[in-house]
Amino acid sequence: MNINIAAQIARTHLLAKKRQTLVAMLGVTFGIAMFITMISFMQGVNQFLEDSALDASPHIRVYNEVNTQRPSLIDEQKPGGFNVVYHQKPKDESARLKNGLQIAERIGREAGVLGVSPQVATQAFYNNGPIQLSGTISGVDIDRENRLYKLTNRLKSGSLNTLKTNPDGLIMGTVLARKLNVRIGDKVTVTTPTGSTRILRVVGTFGFGVGTVDNTKSYANLATVQEILQRDPSYITDIHVKMFDPLQALPFGQKIRAVYGYYTEDWATANTAILAGEKIRNMLTYVVSITLLVVAGFGIYNIMNMTVINKIKDIAILKATGFDGRDVVAIFLLQAVFIGFTGGLLGLAIGFGLSYLLSITPFNAGDFLSIKTFPVIFDGTYYGLGLLFGVITTVLAGYFPSRKAAQVDPVSILRG
Amino acid sequence: MSTVLSARHLNKFFYDPDKFQVLKDVTFEVQTGEFLAIVGKSGCGKSTLLYLLSTMDTDYDGEIDMAGTTLTGRSQNFLAQFRNEHLGFVFQFHFLLPEFSALQNVMLPGLKLGRYPEKEIEERAMEKLRLIGMADYARKPASKLSGGQQQRVAIARALINDPTIIMGDEPTGNLDRANSENVFRIFQELAAKGQTIITVTHDPDFAAGTDRIIEMSDGKIISGHENSHRQTH
Repeated sequence: MNINIAAQIARTHLLAKKRQTLVAMLGVTFGIAMFITMISFMQGVNQFLEDSALDASPHIRVYNEVNTQRPSLIDEQKPGGFNVVYHQKPKDESARLKNGLQIAERIGREAGVLGVSPQVATQAFYNNGPIQLSGTISGVDIDRENRLYKLTNRLKSGSLNTLKTNPDGLIMGTVLARKLNVRIGDKVTVTTPTGSTRILRVVGTFGFGVGTVDNTKSYANLATVQEILQRDPSYITDIHVKMFDPLQALPFGQKIRAVYGYYTEDWATANTAILAGEKIRNMLTYVVSITLLVVAGFGIYNIMNMTVINKIKDIAILKATGFDGRDVVAIFLLQAVFIGFTGGLLGLAIGFGLSYLLSITPFNAGDFLSIKTFPVIFDGTYYGLGLLFGVITTVLAGYFPSRKAAQVDPVSILRG
Repeated sequence: MSTVLSARHLNKFFYDPDKFQVLKDVTFEVQTGEFLAIVGKSGCGKSTLLYLLSTMDTDYDGEIDMAGTTLTGRSQNFLAQFRNEHLGFVFQFHFLLPEFSALQNVMLPGLKLGRYPEKEIEERAMEKLRLIGMADYARKPASKLSGGQQQRVAIARALINDPTIIMGDEPTGNLDRANSENVFRIFQELAAKGQTIITVTHDPDFAAGTDRIIEMSDGKIISGHENSHRQTH
């Protein structure tokens, strides 16, 4: 087998029928382009949904579960007896984490911890004139909270620094602010379940793109919320922890629970529904990708088959003049590699173009999703996969028919 | 004078649409330097016989030896190599690779054999084209040539590797009188130099000028006489 002659014949074939070569290339191109676009978009959506849900929740939340269930004294003394106790009041138990600030400091020094934010969270009523909405208010050290949730990026108006300089400041979820009809500078009355009331001034609004957060939550200074609740400066109800690696959060949460004896909730438990949804979406992505690749593969196979069948008489002449089966296969494999590679590269370019266009297409998702354009992921792995698939399919699609043609007697082709 | 080709008890069947025996126990030998014509009515099996001899049809019973090699039962790749080196073939209808120029068509079997460097193969190819009067068309794409011109280029291609045996299925079928005679003269000269020529032909004048005529009918050789002028050699 002489690869030089094979290459020369392959080149002549490709150049002589430029239109046919182009059509074969485009067959590969469109398959790959669609694959790239679809997978970039679907993975983009998956990633976006996952991020927007998980970004708004801590990897680990440490809290004190207020458990008011307790048996009456008589029940304890005489279990199984006919005991009747009317109207027993539950024990007054505080949601306080004892030494919460110190615990937060120690957790913050552990390896793999990105940030820790001790905070006071409580239910609250927001009043503005006749409007009364229920929600939650979190007293935080805004810098620490910012490190965990990148609040700077989530701000829709105002600034985080104003909160630091204004003890009566309040940063409010966008949807909540709109419902209350308040803007920066407006005042809101906050009432806690314990009955205390305080007038706070809105200094900013934020949006996570998650309805349950944007609808209900506000941030205030840690000291302010402690004051409203009439508690001391060491009163902490929650510690939020973010890790560098979310997967490390699961064992780390167990460890915290064991060490400090408080309840911990990791992100996986808190977002079970979202994670289940993600599994389904991933499955969907695989199914769609495989379907696209199979369809593209068959298209490529058809085109290469046609290319070989069109040249069947040439194959017979080549064989009659002394070219053997390996030469014939080499000639068509070289053409297939060229068609697959250039068609595939073109497909990647078009796929990238379409993905890019999609990623800058305006998309209004309303209040619930914080995006302005369609989410698209640009990941080199998909491009590598696409090209690999294109070349392999084309080569296989060129190999089988040409091997078949190489094995028959030339006369059976020429006589027909 | 040695035997360059021997065919023994060749039987060949066609199965489509019905089982039909094309060749019936054909046995003959060809000597080195012989110029042989196979004649017979249409459908007598002469083209089929030539295809068997050319090793391009391997579906037969019997045995074929050529240039000291048994060719029956060999692999496709072996036969291709053998054709490249020892056989030149001129088809009746299918001639050239349409995408290539006349010169490239002639050169390809030479490049495949690789006996000479490319430069020399090109010179030799030009020489063969000049021999059959197609040198002016060397750079033209094969698809732009007429049937007769293509057939002449195909003859040049058959000669490029100086094959032991040249086979032609109506090699002058598409040529006018003058070119026909030219090709005939070339074949005669090649035969005189020791190459063997086997042609299938309808043309009685062409056949009359050869060394020997094998006449076929109904898949059998009915006569294999030597032409009278051969005795004068």
